[in-house]
Amino acid sequence: MDIKKETIASLHEKLVNKDITAEQLAAQTLDNIKANEKQLNTFITVNDKAIEDAKKVDAEGINGPLAGIPIGIKDNIVTNGIKTTAASKILYNFMPVYSATVMEKLAAAGAIDAGKTNLDEFAMGSSTETSFYGTSVNPWDFSRVPGGSSGGSAAAVAAGEVVAALGTDTGGSIRQPAAFNGIFGIKPTYGRVSRWGVIAFASSLDQVGVMSKRVEDSATVLSVIAGHDAHDSTSSEKEVPDYRANLSKDMHGVKIAVPKEFWHEGTHPDVLDNVNKALDAYKKMGATVEEVSLPTLKHAVEVYYVLASSEASSNLQRYDGVRYGYRAKDVKNIKDLFVNSRSEGFGDEVKRRIMLGTFALSAGAYDAYFKKAAEVRTIFINEMNDVLKDYDLIMGPSTTTPAFKIGEKVDDPLAMYMNDILTIPANLAGLPAASVPAGLADGLPVGLQIIGKPFAEQSVFNAAYALQEENKFYEQIPTALKGED
Amino acid sequence: MNFETTIGLEVHVELKTKSKMYSPSPVAYGAESNINTNVIDFGFPGTLPTVNKNAYRLGVMVGLALNADIENHTHFDRKNYFYPDNPKAFQITQQDKPLGHDGYIEIEVDGEKKRIGIEELHVEEDAGKNTHGNNGYSYVDLNRQGTALIEIVSKPDMKSPEEAYQYLENLRKIIQFTGASDVKMEEGSMRVDTNISIRPVGSDTYGTKVELKNLNSFNHVRLGLAYEEKRQAAILKQGGSIGQETRRFDEKSGETFLMRVKSGADDYRYFPEPDLPDYEISPEWIAEIKASLPETASVRRSRYINELGIPEYDAGVLTDTKEMSDFFDEAVSYDANPKLVSNWLMGEVNAYLNEKKIGLLDTKLTPEHLAKMINLISNGTISSKIAKKVFQETISNGTEPEEWVKSKGLVQESDPAVLKPMILEILDNNQQSIDDFKNGKDRAVGFLVGQIMKQTHGQANPKVVNKILMAELNSR
Amino acid sequence: MISKDEILHVAALANLKIDANEVDSFVSQLDKIVGMESKLASVDTTGVEPTYNMGDTNSVFREDKGIHTQTREQMLENVPEVEDNLIKVPTIVDKEDDE
Repeated sequence: MDIKKETIASLHEKLVNKDITAEQLAAQTLDNIKANEKQLNTFITVNDKAIEDAKKVDAEGINGPLAGIPIGIKDNIVTNGIKTTAASKILYNFMPVYSATVMEKLAAAGAIDAGKTNLDEFAMGSSTETSFYGTSVNPWDFSRVPGGSSGGSAAAVAAGEVVAALGTDTGGSIRQPAAFNGIFGIKPTYGRVSRWGVIAFASSLDQVGVMSKRVEDSATVLSVIAGHDAHDSTSSEKEVPDYRANLSKDMHGVKIAVPKEFWHEGTHPDVLDNVNKALDAYKKMGATVEEVSLPTLKHAVEVYYVLASSEASSNLQRYDGVRYGYRAKDVKNIKDLFVNSRSEGFGDEVKRRIMLGTFALSAGAYDAYFKKAAEVRTIFINEMNDVLKDYDLIMGPSTTTPAFKIGEKVDDPLAMYMNDILTIPANLAGLPAASVPAGLADGLPVGLQIIGKPFAEQSVFNAAYALQEENKFYEQIPTALKGED
Repeated sequence: MNFETTIGLEVHVELKTKSKMYSPSPVAYGAESNINTNVIDFGFPGTLPTVNKNAYRLGVMVGLALNADIENHTHFDRKNYFYPDNPKAFQITQQDKPLGHDGYIEIEVDGEKKRIGIEELHVEEDAGKNTHGNNGYSYVDLNRQGTALIEIVSKPDMKSPEEAYQYLENLRKIIQFTGASDVKMEEGSMRVDTNISIRPVGSDTYGTKVELKNLNSFNHVRLGLAYEEKRQAAILKQGGSIGQETRRFDEKSGETFLMRVKSGADDYRYFPEPDLPDYEISPEWIAEIKASLPETASVRRSRYINELGIPEYDAGVLTDTKEMSDFFDEAVSYDANPKLVSNWLMGEVNAYLNEKKIGLLDTKLTPEHLAKMINLISNGTISSKIAKKVFQETISNGTEPEEWVKSKGLVQESDPAVLKPMILEILDNNQQSIDDFKNGKDRAVGFLVGQIMKQTHGQANPKVVNKILMAELNSR
Repeated sequence: MISKDEILHVAALANLKIDANEVDSFVSQLDKIVGMESKLASVDTTGVEPTYNMGDTNSVFREDKGIHTQTREQMLENVPEVEDNLIKVPTIVDKEDDE
C-alpha cells in the first residue's frame, strides 16, 4: 500500500475492513519516515511508541474516523513522554510530563502520534532554517525550503509520510508552508482550538491548525481538536461543527472580496497568475469576486513584528536554565546561569525577536511601539471586519513567491519578515484562514489564501474544497520525489 | 531645622484559598518542598493561567472592607523580571486596572482620629522561596509560587512611625474579620514594605524616598521607621543628602543597613497578559460580595455591649481577634449566658493560653463544650469547683463535659432526701460543734459543712447543705 | 535610530549576552527592523482603544478547588540538579527579595 495516495477516509475504510491493521499502518508509517529522513529531515523525533499505541487501537476497535490514523505533530506541541524541543537547543532534552489538549483529543479519537515534526526555532521563521536540528527540505525541489515555521509538517504531508499533520500559525506558519508544498493548511479562528500545551510564541496570535493533501482530511481533524478547554481562558465555547460532513463545493452566490493591496508589487507574477486563474474558476462556479481595499495593510508587518516579538520576549523568559532544558555549565552565580543558558541555548533569530520585543516593551519605547502597534491592530481588525460584513470570504495569494532557495534569505531578516505580509492579516484579526493549492509556477506550487469570518471555518473549507475538486492538485506528485516512485 | 515625616506602606496579604491564584495546585503552609506544584507553577512550556474566582472574590471583599471603589472593567498584566523563584520570569498582577482604588482606613493616635488613604489594591501571585547554602549554591522551593496575594498600597498619608503602626494594626484587624486571610506576619501571610522620606517642615516637595525591608513584625516596622527618621534627619542637618536606596532593618541592633542603591535600571516591562481575557466585575457580583461581608470588629463590639450587656472593656478584648470573637459568638449560640462565656474566655481560658503560650485554636476547647460546661454550672448540675476540673479536661483532651461529668460521677448532689440523713448523722456525731454554734461560734458551721463535703467528695450542693444544716441546728 | 548602548541595555534586561564581534551587525539589523516598525508613528490612532488580547471570551474564572495534577517526582524529572527535593542552582548573589 502506498500511503501517498491515501486519505483519512480511504485508510479508515481499510482499517474497518481489516485490509490493514492500525499496527501495520503505524509500522509502515515509521518505516517510510525513517527511509525519507536523510533526505527531507521532516521529523525531529519519530514516535517509537506509535506501534504500541496502534496495537491498543486495534484491540479497542476502529471507532471513529481518526482511529489508527498516524498524524504528524509539530514539535512545539507538548507530548507527554515524547521529547518536545520547539526545535531549540534550549529544550534539547525536555521531556514533558503532560500533553497538550489537542494531543489528548487526538488520543481520545484513537489517532496515532507518528512523531514530532521540524520547525523554525520556537516557530520563529518562514523556512525551518532556524531549527537547531537543521533545515527540512521541500519535496518539490530539495534545494528549496519547505517554508515555515510548520515546514516539517508540510513537507511530511507533501511527501506522503503522513496524511495529515498539526501545525501552528502565528503569522502564516501553516499557510505559507502549505502553499510552498502544494498542500492544504488551515489556521482556525483564534480561540477555536485550545492553546494549552502549545509552546507559546505570541499568545494573542498563536493558533493550532491542520495540514493535509485533501481538504476533507483537515476538516475531519479540525472537528476533533477544536472546542472549549477550561485550561485555556481564551478558548471559545462555541459548538464545533462536523466540518467534514458539512463540506459543500457549491459556490453559488458566495461573495468574495479581493483586497487590491494583496496584489503586492513584490509578488511574483506567476503567483498572481495562478491566483487569478483560481478566482476565475470561482466566478465560473457562481461566486462573485470584487476588489476591496485594506488601507492599513501596509502597516500590518510593523504591527505584527512589534506585538509578536513583545509577547515572545516575555513568553521566552522562562527558559532560564533553572527547572528544565539546557543549563549552561561552569557558571559562578545565578545571573551567569540565566545569561549563559539563554545565550548558548537560543539561536540568532530567537535572540533577535527577544531583543526586539524587550525593546518595544521597555520604559522609553512602550508607548511608541507596543501600545501604538496595539492601537493600529484595532484599526486593522476593524478594516478586515468591515470587509467581511459585505463579503463571505477574502481571497488572495498565500505568499509573495513560491518556495525560495535554502540560504537565500537567511542573512536578511527584514526581507524574510516582509514575506509575511499576506498571511499576517488573518492572525492580527484572529480570523480563520487557509491556503489551498492553486497551481504550479515553474514547477513549484502556489497557494490561494482564503480568509473567512470569525468561526466560519466551514465556508473556508467549502471554498477550498470547491477549488480542490476543480483542479485535483492532490493528484500531483512532488517533482523531487518522482524519481523514487 | 525641624522635619516632618512621610510614610507609605505596601502590604502583601496571602488570601485564604484552597488553590493558587492562576493554578489549581493546593495551597498549604509549611508543606514538604515542591510537593504542591504542577506544570503551571513550574512555568512549563505550553502552560496557561486560569483565574481563581474565590481569590478574586476575597480580594473584592478586602477592597470593600477598606472602603475602596471596585473596578468594573479590568484585566491582568505581566510584570517581567528574572529570579529563580519566579519561574515564568513574569508575575501576573494587575498594574493598569487594579481591583480597587481610593479606599481608606481610620486610625486613632493619641486620641486623635485620622484617615489613611488606600491608593489601590490588586490581586497577584506570590513567588516561590529561595534558600542559600554556604556551598556556592542556592535552593528553590516552588510550593508558595502562585499563591494568591492581595497587595494594598497606602497613600503617603502617615506622618509618624506610630501612625504606621496603627495603620497596620487596623489593616490586619479589618482583613482578619473579613476572613479573607489569616494575616499572620510570623507565617508570612502578611508582609510589609515601607517607604519613608522626611522634609523640612513647610516644604512642599517630598524628600527622597528610602525603602525599608526585612520587617518581620509591626513593632519592627515602628522601630525601623523611627531609626530611619533619626538617621535621615542627622544626615540632612549635617548638610548631606539622602540616597534613593533600599535598606534592611536589623532586629538585633535596631538599626537599618544599606542593601542596594536604586539605579533606576528596574524596568519591569508591564504589559497586558494576553493569555487571559478582559474581566467585567459586575455591580451585581460586587453587591453580592458586599452582602456576604462578615461583621467588622467594631460592629461586633457594639453588638456585644448593646445587645448582650458585655462591659465595654470586655467587648474590646473579645473583638481583638476574629478567632476569639467567632468563638464567643458560637458559644453564645449554644444558649450559654453571654456574660458567663465572656468571663470564662477572659479569665480561665486566657490564663490557660498564656500559661501554655498557645492560641485559642491550638487547644481542644470547642465553643460547644465551653457553652455546655457553663450551662452545667448555671443549672446547678456541677459546682464551680468541679467546673475547674471539667474545664481542664475539656480544654486539654476535648472531652464532652456532660458525658464526662456523668461518667466520673461529678454531678452535684442537691437532693434533700439524700443529704438530710447524712447531715443528721454528722450532727449526731459532733455534739461539740452544736454546742459551739449555740454559744455563738459561727466557725462551727464551716466545720460541719466541711465534714459533709468530705463525705460527699465535694459533690454536695453547698446551698442545699447550708439550708438543711441551719434549719437543723436552729431546731436542736 | 537605535544605539549600541540601547541594544546592550535591552540585552541586559533580556539576560542575553551578545559577543563583542557580533554587536555591530546586531545593532544594524535591529536598527533596520526598528526603523521599519517606526512607520507606525504615521498612523493616527487618536481615540483608538488598543487590542491586547483576542478571542470571544470574557471574565473566565476557575472554581477554587485544590488538586494535584502532577506528582513531585514528575515535576523534578526535568530539573538539571535536585537536592532534597529542591531545585539546586548556582548561588543567588543579589538576595534582596528573599524572605
